Amino acid sequence: MTMATTEPASLKLVYFAWVRERVGLTDETVTPPAGTATIADLVRWLKSRGEGYELAFENESIVRAAIDQTHAKPATTIAGAREIAFFPPMTGG
Amino acid sequence: MTPLVRIQREDFDIGAEMAALTSDNTNIGAVVSFAGLCRDESGRLAALELEHYPGMAEAEIARVAAEAAERWPLSGLVAIHRYGLIRPGEQIVLVIAASSHRREAFEAADFLMDYLKTRAPFWKREHLADGTLGGWVEAKADDDDAAQRWEQVS
Repeated sequence: MTMATTEPASLKLVYFAWVRERVGLTDETVTPPAGTATIADLVRWLKSRGEGYELAFENESIVRAAIDQTHAKPATTIAGAREIAFFPPMTGG
Repeated sequence: MTPLVRIQREDFDIGAEMAALTSDNTNIGAVVSFAGLCRDESGRLAALELEHYPGMAEAEIARVAAEAAERWPLSGLVAIHRYGLIRPGEQIVLVIAASSHRREAFEAADFLMDYLKTRAPFWKREHLADGTLGGWVEAKADDDDAAQRWEQVS
């Protein structure tokens, strides 16, 4: 067995509602820097990428995340994730 | 019993959905349905626009429906949620729960709606009556509280 590569994998990010509007994109494919282990790490890195991201995540505790279409918490590991979504609290129903 | 979950742009017919759920099961004694409609907030709104996360919307509602099916002895369960532009008076969401007795059907429908509001990835944006685009609807703490009460040991 070979060890999983330590190279950060490319990741699809998707955004919804006002998070999408502030980031200015519906989706993008990114390669986060090595050491990006959790949702919180990913958010920290995204916030360094520009004003739109900073605005979208200015109140980090409000923005929700999902990993491969399942709700995730800030401390959830992103290892092996293919698609990570960021969105405001839900208002359906 | 496999819950039926549908995410769709088009409207739904409550009577038809109820008939489909009960038609081949004569041991159903109770059917509870809930329909959520778009209201105009006393004339302020022209429409609500519902954005959703395709794929996750289906998956998340299916997870909540499966929890309901595990918690109550149900004969049938339906959840339909629309997306797109929905005008005042139009239907947004439908939940139907069927069981032998009423209590289970009432509770399962209530549970499904409470969790659907806080967990299903949908977002409402207001279109105002004066033709301008309004803001995103903010999530209510009440909805979180409503979902929370099901966490208590019953």
